[in-house]
Amino acid sequence: MDKKRREFLKIVGISTLAGLGAPAVFDRLVSGSHPVQARASATGAQGGAGGQQAAAAGHSQAAAGTGKRYGMVIDVRKFKQYPDLARECVRVCHAVHNVPHFPDRKEEIKWIWQTPYTSAFTEHSHYYRDEDLEQNQVLVLCNHCDNPPCVRVCPTKATFRNEDGIVEMDYHRCIGCRFCMAGCPYGARSFNWRDPRQGLDMNNLNRQFPTRMRGVVEKCNFCVERLGRGQIPACVEATGNTGAMYFGDLNDPDSEIRRVLKENFTIQRKPSLGTLPSVFFII
Amino acid sequence: MFEKALKGNNYYWMWLAFLGAFMAIGAICYVRQYLYGLGLTGMSRDVSWGLYISNFTFLVGVAAGGVMLVLPYYIHNYKAFGKITILGEFLAIASILMCLMFIVADLGQPLRMLNVVFHPTPNSMLFWDMIVLNGYLLLNIICGWVILTAERKQVKPPKWVYFFVYISIPFAISIHTVTAMLYCGLPGRHFWLSAIIAPRFLASAFAAGPALILLISRILKKVANFDAGREATDKMVTIVIYAAIINAFFLMLEFFVGFYSDIPGHKHTLLYLFTGLEHGGHVYNNLVPFSWGFVVLSTIGFALLCIPYTRRNDLWLAVGSASLFVGLWLDKGIGFVLGGFVPNPLEEITEYYPTLNEIMITIAVWATGFFILTILYKIAVGVEHEVEA
Repeated sequence: MDKKRREFLKIVGISTLAGLGAPAVFDRLVSGSHPVQARASATGAQGGAGGQQAAAAGHSQAAAGTGKRYGMVIDVRKFKQYPDLARECVRVCHAVHNVPHFPDRKEEIKWIWQTPYTSAFTEHSHYYRDEDLEQNQVLVLCNHCDNPPCVRVCPTKATFRNEDGIVEMDYHRCIGCRFCMAGCPYGARSFNWRDPRQGLDMNNLNRQFPTRMRGVVEKCNFCVERLGRGQIPACVEATGNTGAMYFGDLNDPDSEIRRVLKENFTIQRKPSLGTLPSVFFII
Repeated sequence: MFEKALKGNNYYWMWLAFLGAFMAIGAICYVRQYLYGLGLTGMSRDVSWGLYISNFTFLVGVAAGGVMLVLPYYIHNYKAFGKITILGEFLAIASILMCLMFIVADLGQPLRMLNVVFHPTPNSMLFWDMIVLNGYLLLNIICGWVILTAERKQVKPPKWVYFFVYISIPFAISIHTVTAMLYCGLPGRHFWLSAIIAPRFLASAFAAGPALILLISRILKKVANFDAGREATDKMVTIVIYAAIINAFFLMLEFFVGFYSDIPGHKHTLLYLFTGLEHGGHVYNNLVPFSWGFVVLSTIGFALLCIPYTRRNDLWLAVGSASLFVGLWLDKGIGFVLGGFVPNPLEEITEYYPTLNEIMITIAVWATGFFILTILYKIAVGVEHEVEA
């Protein structure tokens, strides 16, 4: 091998390495300087909630001590009192977010649903339950964990934790590897096994929220798009003033949700896993 | 050296055509899946990974298993393996290519796969798996090709290539370790949440990889007049036996931990795999035949490799290696991944039945792998014959 060829190969090699590294650096620079545009355009969300600007930066941050952390309290007793309420919450959520309906269980997509107490709280003793728990179902949804395993395992940062505690999805970045579905200990995530529009009534879409495409994962987003418009989550709104659901800032000691948490004994799903869920249940 | 793959007898071409037919069918099936979505598979919300990822996991092991031939030769200067290290390296290339194909087949949005590179995420084990798998592929291509070229020219391989040979050894360990970490770091998946997964993967890999090479070397002896040699064969059998014992030992430890501690979550999947699991008055047990198939086939294979008479007989040795290889595939390529999704995080049970379309794609990936392997081995054996002549 003569010398010139060797030099040439060296240059080619170095510039290839530089080329491979550049996108990463470039990405950092771009998202660092224009996080609002980068994230907002990527999620396709309207406006943007509390800490959405810091989405990219907040990705790998642990439990935030400052700023907002949205949370929810679900009062299972109230849902027993108003038997049709839970179904209405599910219906409203799925309508607002254009969640498709497929009758085949294999293709099921759900953001919020009812499940027996034994399925929702697998770690709790199931011996000699009282009749209420035996018969009633519990509403479950994404827990928007403070330490979310789905975010940890995602290879593209397509799912990320906002600074306000909401765990969001970027449907345009998701490659559909479904690692987050294996990682989520609450079974909160669904995959679009086929074109979701085939499971939607296209004449009754909510034009304020995008439909998804096949091959991406989706889940409850705590109505981040509604929060950005100053509204509360659709399911909470559907419960009206029944007191069945509370939503608010867990970091604000004067908030209603903190008052409810102070006055009631609440439990979380699978607390031993250290995921720090933001959804609490009054049983 | 590729010209060596272009000359062969009728059986060679018939074999390639046979594989090619499956590749063509699989390609059509993949186009169907690409146009419709992964709904054409049997996967569901609860069993969100199926045959693609389970076979991927197994084949990472086969790729890593090749290091059991490379390590004794290059680290311990074990000369008997000199002739067959190339088989290990080329098997690794074909296996990793199958792994990559399985990953792409499994993606919901395959066109976006480069997002893993554009948005590097060090906290995701999949990111590291991408790095070590591609790294190991590249290392084996470099080492295999350079060393084979040197052999053909009957000169010593250039010194620089040894650097890549040596780093390929920890890379082989790392590919299967990182693949195990895809599973064993997930909270709430009790069956996978075990520190022994990575060592168990490696033990199973070091049995399955060399077992496949044993089988193939019997075939090469028959059809290509390529003899690995008595000493090398015996040594490979020893490696396979020890690795298979360690794998069985690790699996029994999983049973001990689950059943002695008597923690329900730790027993569920083991019960589901070996006896069936009851839920809501119904017993779910569709993986039980595969799990017992693993026990039976690997025991038969193990026995055939241990008994001196059958070990020294080429046919029995081939049957034993094949039996062990298939047994280990049933364990890691079926049971481990699919079983881990039962029960789901809400302790409900959904069973998984792969569809025909999905099975044909899976077969096609295997066929493509063996197509590549056949061509690579044809070249390696051709060079060997040329040097001998």
